[in-house]
Amino acid sequence: MSIIVDKINYIYEAGTSFERHALKDVSCVIEKGEFIGLIGHTGSGKSTFIQHLNGLNKATSGHIYYDGQDIYEKGYNMKELRSKVGLVFQYPEHQLFESTIFKDVCFGPKNQGLSKQECELRAFESLKLVGLDEKFYYNSPFDLSGGQKRRVAIAGVLAMKPEVLILDEPTAGLDPKGRDEIFSVLENLRKTGITIILVSHSMEDVATHVDRIMVMNDGILKYDDTPKNVFRHHKELEEIGLAAPKVTYIMNDLKNAGFDVDTDAITIEEAKKSILEIL
Amino acid sequence: MIRDITIGQYYQTNSVIHSLDPRVKLMGTLIFIISLFLGMNILVYIVATLALAGLIIASKVPFKFIVRGLKAILILILISAAFNLFLTPGTVIFKVWKITITDRGLKTAIFMVIRLVYLIMGSSLMTLTTTPNNLTDGLEKGLSFLKYIKVPVHEIAMMMSIALRFIPILIDETDKIMRAQQARGADFETGNFIKRAKAMVPILVPLFISAFRRADDLAMAMEARCYHGSNGRTKMKPLKYSKKDYLAYLILILYLGICISLNIIF
Amino acid sequence: MINHIKCDKLKGIVVNEEISYTLIRNEENNLNIVKAENLTFEYIRRDEEGNVESINKAIDNVNIDIKEGDFVAVLGHNGSGKSTFAKHLNALVSPTEGSVWVDRMNTLEHENTLRIRQTAGMVFQNPDNQIICTLVDEEVGFGPENIGVPEDEIWERVEKSLKAVGMYDFRLANPTKLSGGQKQRVAIAGIVAMKPKCIVLDEPTAMLDPNGRKEVIEVLHELNKKENVTIILITHYMEEVIDADEVYVMNEGKLVMQGKPRDIFSQVEKLKELRLDVPQVTELAHELRKEGLDIKEGILTTKELITELERIRGLKNVNNSR
Repeated sequence: MSIIVDKINYIYEAGTSFERHALKDVSCVIEKGEFIGLIGHTGSGKSTFIQHLNGLNKATSGHIYYDGQDIYEKGYNMKELRSKVGLVFQYPEHQLFESTIFKDVCFGPKNQGLSKQECELRAFESLKLVGLDEKFYYNSPFDLSGGQKRRVAIAGVLAMKPEVLILDEPTAGLDPKGRDEIFSVLENLRKTGITIILVSHSMEDVATHVDRIMVMNDGILKYDDTPKNVFRHHKELEEIGLAAPKVTYIMNDLKNAGFDVDTDAITIEEAKKSILEIL
Repeated sequence: MIRDITIGQYYQTNSVIHSLDPRVKLMGTLIFIISLFLGMNILVYIVATLALAGLIIASKVPFKFIVRGLKAILILILISAAFNLFLTPGTVIFKVWKITITDRGLKTAIFMVIRLVYLIMGSSLMTLTTTPNNLTDGLEKGLSFLKYIKVPVHEIAMMMSIALRFIPILIDETDKIMRAQQARGADFETGNFIKRAKAMVPILVPLFISAFRRADDLAMAMEARCYHGSNGRTKMKPLKYSKKDYLAYLILILYLGICISLNIIF
Repeated sequence: MINHIKCDKLKGIVVNEEISYTLIRNEENNLNIVKAENLTFEYIRRDEEGNVESINKAIDNVNIDIKEGDFVAVLGHNGSGKSTFAKHLNALVSPTEGSVWVDRMNTLEHENTLRIRQTAGMVFQNPDNQIICTLVDEEVGFGPENIGVPEDEIWERVEKSLKAVGMYDFRLANPTKLSGGQKQRVAIAGIVAMKPKCIVLDEPTAMLDPNGRKEVIEVLHELNKKENVTIILITHYMEEVIDADEVYVMNEGKLVMQGKPRDIFSQVEKLKELRLDVPQVTELAHELRKEGLDIKEGILTTKELITELERIRGLKNVNNSR
């Protein structure tokens, strides 16, 4: 499977005073098994973009091909696309509604028309994947902590067995502990071969986890490269309200102070190695 | 569709209408509605149309905004028009099978539609030109005489203003939850009535929970800012009539007078 | 112990007479703005019949003294009791045991409530759920209206507070249309307009993006420096804590660490145990130290790290030339 995005434009509320060109000629190719970080400041179009990938938003012009098929072609099965491209919204715990966690996770597979047995099997599997303790399965989702609720919501999307998982700021509002739990779930998931697209505001988190970064600004896909290459542009990133990870700045300062360190380091681990080498 | 609801929306711009006292605007809306229901006199409606057009121009609110409020109740208007059109007795002017249209039916239907449309436009114009707070201030002060018969006017006004403020937020939230459930394969568009009603559960439950959570948070935020009812409370923008407002009252009385006389004379 | 007696004495006087209250205030000018003594708070969960199902100690015997004019940070992950603690400072909840004093007013006494809320204003996490009005200036005026400030003065206060947070140009905007950081700044202005001595902020940046977070923290430092407002910032973002005067760390309802930022951040392992982050410089320095480099603990800035590395390099060069 692969997703090809070909020059999509999206104009929001065309013809009204709210009209806004939210996406401008965005093109990219997303291959199976990639772990992509999508960054951009609030209002840069990244949330709009990801909702195109599962067909919730329809581009004003341009094409999106999923597995070689144009999703805007007449008769294309959008419902199936939505189960293949799972989308976890911001604060996904706000969409929980069932009386038990288990039932809530079953909601997605049930909508796919699967048998009861298959639904339950998938619910079990995905709750295991997100690492929720079995003793909670039949409790109300509303009694959980913020981080646990969010993992249940992610399980709700995973239960549809998506090939691509998109998460819109999955760690927003969580404490460091909750954030670490989400990332350990994502790291486990990546081993299963699923494609992950992570929208994030934390450059440090993106730098440590993803293989590729897409930077959006004002509806344009400004950079699309490896983390190292993207963060080399830290000056340009600052101009559009973003930044490189803090550790990259530390390395730059060290270099300026006469230490011959690698300014491409974007994680603590890399920085440590580089400093130890020269001392 | 859910975003077409304009009730409670405010359109920020500077105009004479915006700067009027909310009590004048409330009274004006009331008088305008009365004039619409005085009778089915074509002259009155011409005057009302002119008045409405004048107000819309003076308010500087784009016409599109005012009409947007109509979309949401289009079905309601059509149903009431149909009832009047087909069920009013009178001289038959058109008949196919069991459907008959009478002259009186046609007339009532047309007036009914105009009435409803004007009513919505008139009240939309009021909410579009008055901030919810201003509006509730107007209601609070205008109805303050009810305090003497122990009606909690201030509290009701405060509740109204908060409800108005949260309408757009809850509309946004509904949209978000719908998308989130759609992403989980929920289907709101197909199926019979019962199936569709059932499909609303995954939207309504989270929506209610969120509304309660917000209410809880807001109550605490208000308490933290020393809110304790109207007792000892001062106003940052107390309502005071200016010359403009008295003039507006005068025009309103004149308008009502004209409408009534037209009705009596013709 | 001395403090204890002092407060008990105060309790009686404050309640009875306004005059002796001001007298004492003049006498002991440097007394703490916030004081929590053996503070314990229990959430009691009941089932449908009203029987006690479980008792949860949200705060467990906490003692905190906060000096007037300080910038104080309270750290801890969700459920550590830090938010419940914040609510005590605003008399939004009452202690199960122990007491809390805000500017020497006991939060348990009802007649103090309004004055306490005016003295220690509170800003909450979710910017959308604490905005009451539909115009920025009305929003800021809401607090002063509630405490009966005369009309002209409200306008003065609104102008001044909006300028203090840099939102004066937005006074006629609809607050819901602002960015998260701007909304929080309006919320802060709404508190500043009540002329508080102290502002308590319960995770004000948790729902903001990095730029919004920066805006809010900068405003807080400015208020602290220029207006001498005591700031009590509750957060789990470590970078926001570096410039604080005093840091408290809570875990499972207990106060587990307390000290200057440097003292706190020199205990990287302990912070990690508590599942809290440290700033990247601190962590990098700590990692290098673990690898055997002789770097001191508690590095807070890049500059300090450079100084340490230069020292180490100097030593090495000396050794090599020998």
